[in-house]
Amino acid sequence: MKAILALEDGTLFRGYSFTGRCETTGEVVFNTSMSGYQEILTDPSYCGQIVNMTYPLIGNYGVNNEDIESDRIQVKALIVKEYQEFPSNRRSQRSLADYLKASDIPGIEGIDTRALARHIRLQGAMKAALSTIDTDPDSLVEKAKHSADMAGRDLVGKVSCREPMLWRDGRATRLEQGLERFRWPDNPGSFRVAAIDFGVKLNILRSLDKRGCTILILPANVDSETINRLEPHGLFLSNGPGDPAPVTYAVECIRQQIGIRPIFGICLGHQLISLALGGKTFKLKFGHRGANQPVKDLATGKVEITSQNHGFCVDMESLKNQDIELSHINLNDNTVEGLVHKKLPLFSVQYHPEASPGPHDAKYLFDRFIDMMKTYHY
Amino acid sequence: MPRRSDIHKILIIGSGPIVIGQACEFDYSGTQACKALIEEGYEVILINSNPATIMTDPDTANRTYIEPVTPEILTKIVKRERPDAVLPTMGGQTALNTAVNVAKTGLFDKLGVEMIGASIDVIQKAEDRAMFKDAMNRINLNVPKSGIARNMSQARETAENIGYPLIIRASFTLGGAGSGVAYNREEMEDIASSGLDASMISEIIMEESLIGWKEYELEVMRDFADNVVIICSIENFDPMGVHTGESITVAPAQTLSDREYQTMRDAAIAIIREIGVETGGSNIQFAIHPDTGDMAIIEMNPRVSRSSALASKATGFPIAKIAAKLALGYTLDEIKNDITRETYASFEPAIDYCVVKVPRWTFEKFPGTVDSLTTSMKSVGETMAIGRTFKEALQKAVRSLEIGRFGLGSIANNGTGVHPSLHEIEEKLINPNSNRLYYIYEALKQGMCVERIYELSHIDRWFLFHIRQIHELEKRLRELVLKNGVNGLDADLLRKAKEYGFSDQQLAVFFKTKEQDIRDVRQANKIEPVYKLVDTCAAEFEAYTPYYYSTYEQENEMRVSNNKKVMILGGGPNRIGQGIEFDYCCVHASFALKEMGIESIMVNSNPETVSTDYDISDKLYFEPLTREDVLNIVDQEKPEGIIVQFGGQTPLNISSALAEAGVKILGTSPDSIDRAEDRERFQGLLKKIGVLQPKNGIAKNHDEAIRVADKIGYPVVVRPSFVLGGRAMEIVYDQSGLEFYIREAVEVSPGKPILIDKFLEHAIEIDVDAISDGRDTIIGGIMEHIEEAGIHSGDSACVLPPISLSPKLIEEIKAHTRALARELNVVGLMNIQYAVRNRVLYVLEVNPRASRTIPFVSKATSVPLAKLATKVIMGMSLKELGFTKEVVPAYVSCKESVFPFARFPGVDTILGPEMKSTGEVMGIDSDFGLAFAKSQIAAGQSLPFSGAVFVSVKDEDKMPLLETIFNLYDIGFRILATRGTSDYLLEHGISNIAVNKVREGRPHIVDMIKNGEVDMVINTTDNKKAVSESISIRRTALTFNIPYTTTLAGAKATVQAIKSMIKGTLEVKTIQEYHTS
Repeated sequence: MKAILALEDGTLFRGYSFTGRCETTGEVVFNTSMSGYQEILTDPSYCGQIVNMTYPLIGNYGVNNEDIESDRIQVKALIVKEYQEFPSNRRSQRSLADYLKASDIPGIEGIDTRALARHIRLQGAMKAALSTIDTDPDSLVEKAKHSADMAGRDLVGKVSCREPMLWRDGRATRLEQGLERFRWPDNPGSFRVAAIDFGVKLNILRSLDKRGCTILILPANVDSETINRLEPHGLFLSNGPGDPAPVTYAVECIRQQIGIRPIFGICLGHQLISLALGGKTFKLKFGHRGANQPVKDLATGKVEITSQNHGFCVDMESLKNQDIELSHINLNDNTVEGLVHKKLPLFSVQYHPEASPGPHDAKYLFDRFIDMMKTYHY
Repeated sequence: MPRRSDIHKILIIGSGPIVIGQACEFDYSGTQACKALIEEGYEVILINSNPATIMTDPDTANRTYIEPVTPEILTKIVKRERPDAVLPTMGGQTALNTAVNVAKTGLFDKLGVEMIGASIDVIQKAEDRAMFKDAMNRINLNVPKSGIARNMSQARETAENIGYPLIIRASFTLGGAGSGVAYNREEMEDIASSGLDASMISEIIMEESLIGWKEYELEVMRDFADNVVIICSIENFDPMGVHTGESITVAPAQTLSDREYQTMRDAAIAIIREIGVETGGSNIQFAIHPDTGDMAIIEMNPRVSRSSALASKATGFPIAKIAAKLALGYTLDEIKNDITRETYASFEPAIDYCVVKVPRWTFEKFPGTVDSLTTSMKSVGETMAIGRTFKEALQKAVRSLEIGRFGLGSIANNGTGVHPSLHEIEEKLINPNSNRLYYIYEALKQGMCVERIYELSHIDRWFLFHIRQIHELEKRLRELVLKNGVNGLDADLLRKAKEYGFSDQQLAVFFKTKEQDIRDVRQANKIEPVYKLVDTCAAEFEAYTPYYYSTYEQENEMRVSNNKKVMILGGGPNRIGQGIEFDYCCVHASFALKEMGIESIMVNSNPETVSTDYDISDKLYFEPLTREDVLNIVDQEKPEGIIVQFGGQTPLNISSALAEAGVKILGTSPDSIDRAEDRERFQGLLKKIGVLQPKNGIAKNHDEAIRVADKIGYPVVVRPSFVLGGRAMEIVYDQSGLEFYIREAVEVSPGKPILIDKFLEHAIEIDVDAISDGRDTIIGGIMEHIEEAGIHSGDSACVLPPISLSPKLIEEIKAHTRALARELNVVGLMNIQYAVRNRVLYVLEVNPRASRTIPFVSKATSVPLAKLATKVIMGMSLKELGFTKEVVPAYVSCKESVFPFARFPGVDTILGPEMKSTGEVMGIDSDFGLAFAKSQIAAGQSLPFSGAVFVSVKDEDKMPLLETIFNLYDIGFRILATRGTSDYLLEHGISNIAVNKVREGRPHIVDMIKNGEVDMVINTTDNKKAVSESISIRRTALTFNIPYTTTLAGAKATVQAIKSMIKGTLEVKTIQEYHTS
């Protein structure tokens, strides 16, 4: 079925839908990972976005029930060069097309995905409309123009959990008696971590769990007093979609939590910490999305290959007067990748130590968080 | 970390001659390493015996030893040069082994020479099976279970420990003799006992069979700061059981989910750390069970490898160059990425295309070997193709192979036109072979389902599904033809066919029309390829290096300049007869254009080469060398012209077609090339200028062949017309021989005539390379062959300057050469083969193009012939270039050929008119004996100074060899001889020991070789019977690495070499010293 992808600047790409009739809008971004499409599809940070995979053959190994980063597909649509209708992998349970169709998410193939990626690199991330129904390019360009902007829009509310959940047996479970009467399970030696869910990837929770943490997942709009009442050993601030600036409620909560207990933030969590410290963020031209981003740990001089997915970035200049130290930088463009507080137990990274998809080089950061809780509490 | 300042002088070890498993990829890596080190201000010393390399060009390293890559010679060079460090990781296994052997003597420690890149401990840990296994166990990784057995009871015990199926390999045998897979106890008993028998040391290695597991490779790099990156993942199309060099491989890995890929990546990082490779690149091979996901580590190479060359070309990340810099102390984040200019080497390349590598085999050259792919490598070359889909890349790779296929499925069963039976297909799917890909296609054609093909072949279904898609499209296209012919080809379907990688030629076959017709339809519909960049980063950053591949898509990234530009066509995949020598010439052409300020555009499909390095030419198109693919580039680039004379036969084969399509062929015209190739036109030409040629004729059927041969007189040389490298060429001595040839070897028909030439017995063969600007012709070099005419020129050793030709004859040769150049209007290079018999000079062949010997001659004379030829082609005169006189060096250079016989069990090592060598070495010294000795040592023959020589020669050789044998006897060698030879020698006063031939009872000569009682073999034979009786002697000598010679002239030269070596010692000297002496 023929499909047209129209960008807000009027550029058109023609392809075919491999998921049937569809029409949608969103911000088009590109991801350079060569594997991990299922994790990418289910990563809540992609909420509101149409993902263009630069690797041309997608669907090769099918989908399964394990490689998910949230309970649903989060992207608005998936764009590939050639969809692989015959997956081959022992863990595959169904095809990518079926998976997308079940959630009514469009999948488009036959697009010159490299040309699209180049266009975005040169012109910046932009809004787009794609359709198999409306084949009038002008109309689609209009739809793209009139779709919602990423900047200034709070997407966190769309992906955060509605109520607190306890991570148990490898999944988030509802609290039996509500937060008011919540008691931490009796796990001797375990660190109690309150994790604010701005769109948390499951592998972050798995990674903390693996290190013996008991995790209480809190909705994004939780307030500081509630957290204090829970008395967690550490506070974790998750990744999430879009622009951090409109997520003011979280910024306020974080501001009050800083210094009270160890805090670790990833991605959007990292940006929100910066805002809470009085810093600023800005939108990158086309963001970092892929599994090959080199990050240098300025303390050790070592380089780690990281998984990244962000369109916004912290402005280091804006944090100059704070007790904040730049801990990690991106070697490709020297942007901020990590911060650490000189005095308080607080650190954050822009990239994804939980990987999934991507290299495991940065998983030491979870250990660092554990160590921080240890130091702070004993 | 900044570069190390405590070392200044670094010695790089090259890989020596091109052999199976070690080809021009090590010239690529070595050249990159030299350039990188020099760029950093180090003094670079190089040792490599292979003259056909760019790395041994006098201006690549500071001081270049074209000397044998052996521990003895390396020791001499180290003592002479006193380098601070040795870099052993750039020259394959040869360099690694040579360095380790010298390191073990304590020389490096004594002189304070450091091994950089990989220490001896690291090398041993990676290469010693037991140590590697222990290391893997320490990091909780599995290696296949294995054990060693020295007798049957040990074999039984080991088999029980490992379980079935298991692989049995005999230790110390060649080409996999005495190996096999045992699925049960009975088979184990059989294979183990024959393996113990075949092994020189009665030892077999038994290993858990991973046959059918999926195979992967990762290219890993590490720096001093312990940063580790994965450059490329590679998935093998062929499952375990087929050597990775024999496998079709694909980059990146296709059927791994991210979770599985990351598990492998973690393992790779753990391995490189555990083995302790401090800096540089390593290749790690993995096996994955398709159903359980179990992972086993197969092996690790702590050096750059064939796969790293492939990975470099596949990603644009120059592994060898970066590895060299890391060895100097740089960290990955300090080295800029050339392609993006703004980012660094500390990242992992992201690919946005699919890369397919397909090996090229030459089983037809070694009759008697079974076309089967095993864990022992037999392919002689490879081609790589890049496409946006697997289907496109696969079909491009197939047409890049130049095996008469223009993609999948256009010809049935190897061109015989007969569809194979189901039984044959099943057999070929079960047992891996060089045509397996085409059998898969044939299986699909005959309706076999993917699942069944998978069961038989264990090739991952993912690949099979894609091949099925190709087949389905072919079916649709063919149905269309039936319905409404070529007019039914609608634009959408045609576009789809092109996206699937179908060539115009293939489509022309489907539509029963001409390639040009398809091209016309395509262009009328504006279906033209676009060119995309290989940029390491999937378009995330701007790419500055113009490294392109074609595809059928929306956006064209080609940046066409307004510069004056010239396109050079490369040689495609290596094969016997066409290898690195031609790549050397292409690279020089590119250098010459650069010197002239002309934009150079390189087109080639061979990932092993220097020419496909992105910084050699101004533009690189990694594309098949077919008419269609070349014309497509020409259409868009619009070069001033194309140079076809450097890439061997490959560009010449399409030069007329290109010329017809309006492309300007620079240099010697296609018509001149045709005049030299076309039998009748060539005869006319020779007659016109009064040059002799052996009597010859052409036959279109059996009777005619007999008549022609009778007229010419036996012996005759017979061969099919239009072949390369002497393919299927034979000398026949009588009518029955000719009849046998026609019956068994070659089909003769009006469409496929055979050529019959008078064979000049006992003639000296001479090779001449010359250069002409259309007015003047200057001799590049005259080479006298060691072996007599009748041995393919690519297989015989030769010496420059000639040692036995009279000045008068040399003058005659020069005059002939000039006359031929003038008559053929040669502009550029030409090569002529002459033969001299009874002081009469004959012309055997004229090739108005670069020859295999150009690099050798250039190294021997210090004249960069290919560069000069390029400038001549571009219109400069030899006078302007200052090359007005032949350079005849005062020293002697010998070229010796290197053969792959060890890889092909049972194949005779005897030389003949069909070329069989894969590579060459060069020996340079002050006299012939020493130079020849060096060439022998470099080729792997360790000549003895004492001991026993076995002599068995045909009657007519007895007299001419007498002096040579006497020399040996005089030096103190014991002479062993078969009865006839023994009696003859005794009669002439040479006492000797008579030994049994194999059929004369035991102990016989083969027993004696096996027992180490023979140090050299001289064995010449004439008729088929004698040949077959003595083959076991030659094979055993080969297995036990005892020097042997099968020609009279070879024996004479070898003995002369031994004499020279006894008289004086071998000294080493740089090529730069020779050139200025």
